[in-house]
Amino acid sequence: MAETDTGAPGRLTRFVAWLDERMPLTETIEYHATKYYAPKNFNFWYYFGVLAMVVLVIQILSGIWLTMSYVPSGDGAFASVEYIMRDVEYGWLIRYLHSTGASAFFLVVYLHMFRALAYGSYRAPRELLWLIGMAIYLVLMAEGFFGYVLTWGNMSFWAAQVIVSLVGAIPFVGPELMEWVRGDYGMSEITLNRFFALHVVALPLALVALVFLHVVALHHVGSNNPDGVDIKKHKDAQGVPLDGIPFHPYYTVHDLMATIGFLIVFCAIVFFAPEMFGYFIEKPNFEEADPLKTPEHIAPVWYYTPFYAMLRAATFPLFGLSAKFWGLVVMAVAIVIPAILPWLDRGKVRSIRYKGLLSRLMLAMLVVSFIVLGYLGTIPPSPTATALAQVFTVLYFAYFLLMPWYSRIDRTRPVPDRIP
Amino acid sequence: MSDETINTGRRYFLIASTTAIGGVGVIGAAVPFVKAWMPSAKAKALGAPIRIDIGKLRPGELLGPIPAWRGQPVFVVYRASDSLALLESDTADLADPDSENTDMQPDYARNPWRSRRPEIGVYLGLCTHLGCSPKYYGEVQPETFDTDWQGGFFCPCHGSRFDLAGRVVKSVPAPDNLPVPPHFFETDDVIVIGLDAETA
Repeated sequence: MAETDTGAPGRLTRFVAWLDERMPLTETIEYHATKYYAPKNFNFWYYFGVLAMVVLVIQILSGIWLTMSYVPSGDGAFASVEYIMRDVEYGWLIRYLHSTGASAFFLVVYLHMFRALAYGSYRAPRELLWLIGMAIYLVLMAEGFFGYVLTWGNMSFWAAQVIVSLVGAIPFVGPELMEWVRGDYGMSEITLNRFFALHVVALPLALVALVFLHVVALHHVGSNNPDGVDIKKHKDAQGVPLDGIPFHPYYTVHDLMATIGFLIVFCAIVFFAPEMFGYFIEKPNFEEADPLKTPEHIAPVWYYTPFYAMLRAATFPLFGLSAKFWGLVVMAVAIVIPAILPWLDRGKVRSIRYKGLLSRLMLAMLVVSFIVLGYLGTIPPSPTATALAQVFTVLYFAYFLLMPWYSRIDRTRPVPDRIP
Repeated sequence: MSDETINTGRRYFLIASTTAIGGVGVIGAAVPFVKAWMPSAKAKALGAPIRIDIGKLRPGELLGPIPAWRGQPVFVVYRASDSLALLESDTADLADPDSENTDMQPDYARNPWRSRRPEIGVYLGLCTHLGCSPKYYGEVQPETFDTDWQGGFFCPCHGSRFDLAGRVVKSVPAPDNLPVPPHFFETDDVIVIGLDAETA
C-alpha cells in the first residue's frame, strides 16, 4: 500500500472505462441492478423468481454433465443411466441433482405463479411479462416431459406412449400426426433420439431466451409488490421512487440468503430422499422400457398430476366427439387458461390484501382444487376418484371463467397511495 | 436526390412482394425439416411383416411370449367354443358390436369374432384410449373390475374393458375396439402379421 492517492483513475477503473466505450457494461449493471429500484416491501413470496433462476443454473450445469455419459439409444439409454449412477465418479450426485432439480423447478414456479395470482402481478402494465412467464411454463412442461422419457425406464416409456397418444385424439389428422411425432409406428429409439435433441438443445435455448425476455420485460415495467401499489407515482428530485430500494445491494443480499436456505432443503432431498418415496422417481422406472408390458398403474410425475386428473375426468362424449378428445381439450385449456388472466380480472385493486372476501375465497378454492386434483392424478382410477376429479375440474375452471363477474362485484378496500 | 418524394405505393409493393417471396422460401425450407420427422427407411424396414407360429396355442390361451409387430404387442387368442357362442349372443354392453368403425379392422374381420378363423383372434394389444397395453383375463369368473366378467381384456391404466373379440365395452374411456392388424394364415399354424394376403 505504498501508493499514494494521486486522484488519477486506477487500473481497474481505466479497464472498465475501456470496456464501457466498447459495450454498455456499466450502463447495463446500473439499469438492471444498482439503479433498478424495487419496492421496499418484498416478502417471502418474492424469493421464487430468483430461486427459479438458481434451479435453471443447476439444471443446465448438471444436464451438461449428464449428457457427457448418457447414450440416447434404445439399447443404451437405460444402461447408461445405470452407468452414471454406479460407475461415473459422483454420477449419482449429478443425476440426483438433475432429477430433484426438475421437481424443485416446478415447485418454485408454481409458488411464483401463485404469488402473481395473489398480488395481481399479471395486471396492467405487466400483461406481457405474464404472457412470457406462461410461455416459460409451457416450455418447462415440455422440457420436463422429454427429460423424463430419456431414462427409458418402463414408466418413462409408457408415460410417453400415453402422452403421445393424446395427439392421436385430434380429429382427422391425429393418427398421422402421432406417427410424425414418434417417427415410427410405435414409441422407439427414433422417438427417444428426437426427444433427446429437443431436451438438450432446442428447449433449453428457448428457455434461456424466454427467461432473458422475462427479466427484460420485468425491469422495463418494474416489479409489483405485496400491496399492489405503483411505486413510480412518487419519486424524489433525482427520479428515484420514494418506496424503492436499489436491487443491488439490498435484494441481491436478501436473495442470497434465500438461495442458501433453498439449497439446504434441496441438498437434504438430494442426499436423503432423491426418489421422494416414488414421487420423483417411480419404482417401475428401475426396470428397462418394455414395449409389450404396461406397468400396473400409470401416473405422471407429481407436477403434471393435476392436469392428468382433469384429462381422466372427461369420461363422456359430447357433440359427437369422443371423450378421449375432450380429455385432451380439457387438459390443454386448463394448462393455458391462466394466460388470459390479465383480461379476466376486472377488479379495482391488484393485491389480495385489498380484495374482498369473494376473491379470497375463489383463490383459496383454486389452490384446494389444484392440490386435490394433484392427489387424484396419482391414484388409480375409480368411480369415486373420477367423480371427485370432475367436481374439482369444474371448480378449477370456475376461478378463471367466473373472474370477470366476481372480481367486479367484490367489495374491495381502498389502496394506499404509497407503501404503508 | 434530396428533392425526390418517397413513392409509398412502390415501397409497399416492394415490402409486400419481398415478404411474400420470402415466406414461400421459408415454407419451402421448412419441408425437409418437417419431413425428417417421418418414419425413416430403417423404421419402415423394421415395420416389415412378421411370422407367428401358433402350433402350441391351446383353447382359452393367449399366445405368449407376446409377439411384437412394429414394436407393438400383438394379442393372438385361441377362443374355446363356449366363448365363441358368447361372442355372438352377449353383445348388449358393447359400444360397437358389429364393427361399424371400419378403420379398426380389415373387411375380412368384420364378423362377430372379428377374425379370419372364428377361434383365432388377432388384435393389436394397445388400448384405443391412450395406448396402454391391456391385460388378458380369459376366464369367465368375477373380477375386481367386473363381477359379471365373461372373459376378455382389461386395461389397468384407465379401466377400459374389451371382450374376447377385442370389442370395447360401453362407458369406458376407450372409444374403439382393439384394432385388427392386417394378417393371413400362411399355413394352419403360421400367421403372417402385416399383410392382408400373400403377395406375388
